[in-house]
Amino acid sequence: MTSSSFLLPLLGGALLGLSASLLLLANGRVAGISGVVGSLLAPVRGDIAWRVLFFAGLLTGGLLLAWLRPGSFAAPGPLSASGVSLLVVAGLLVGFGSRLGNGCTSGHGVCGISRGSVRSIAATLTFMATGVLTVFLARHVF
Amino acid sequence: MRPLLSAFLSGLLFALGLGISGMTDPANVLGFLDIAGDWDFRLMFVMGGAIAVHAALRPFILERERPLFAAKFPSFPVSRVDSKLLVGAALFGVGWGLGGYCPGPVLTALSSGAPQVLVFVPAMFAGMFLAQLLQTRRSERAGTPLPDTMPSRPPESVGAAP
Repeated sequence: MTSSSFLLPLLGGALLGLSASLLLLANGRVAGISGVVGSLLAPVRGDIAWRVLFFAGLLTGGLLLAWLRPGSFAAPGPLSASGVSLLVVAGLLVGFGSRLGNGCTSGHGVCGISRGSVRSIAATLTFMATGVLTVFLARHVF
Repeated sequence: MRPLLSAFLSGLLFALGLGISGMTDPANVLGFLDIAGDWDFRLMFVMGGAIAVHAALRPFILERERPLFAAKFPSFPVSRVDSKLLVGAALFGVGWGLGGYCPGPVLTALSSGAPQVLVFVPAMFAGMFLAQLLQTRRSERAGTPLPDTMPSRPPESVGAAP
């Protein structure tokens, strides 16, 4: 194990914590991505601009990464028909589940656990468990 | 203007954190979830680092009377675990394990233009829309006003940004 194997994840994680802290300090908002962006699908007047700007920040950060650190992303490759249907099902589940469960990895896993929320701890343990189970079934059973 | 700038900066920092930590590559995420295989534990440090920093800074932030550019801090409702939370989280985890993408990383990865992201993101928004539609229908049928289901958007702080 080289030091860089956990230093970059740790540094990246610290940036996520800083980002969530900045949003709370400046805007009084919780940095849960599914909530911040998902609420744009049912926009409420006066509650739109900061969400759009946060989203724009995400996209700009993504552009910077694609430019300076292209290895951050999966290499674009051709998609098979089964690959497409798998991604559609995965996307539907991630979107539906995060809204039904009021949060995703950021809202529950980072912000919620940081404040010791029992709901967030329960949600995080649940999605970790079904995620591990899904990968287990996909890689070692089927 | 200032709350918009801070929201933008927060989104930018968030994306950089995800990219640097390795979360934006689904191969890392799937390797982390594959505890029965050659387990890649590194992403533990992402969550650990994020929680350590946010949990440390949070109390100092909440000592303030109000946020810098908003009227009030969100109200955090009393924790109650219900089936909606658990079913939602369980479905989310299955999707996460199938694709290796969760909302933050996949939206950040939009900029890479990778075809898998361009397929995943519209499906994810469709799933979000369906969930919201279902919840609106349910609360309408029950004859009660829509409950505060989104902790990030307490009704009293709607439009609070000056």
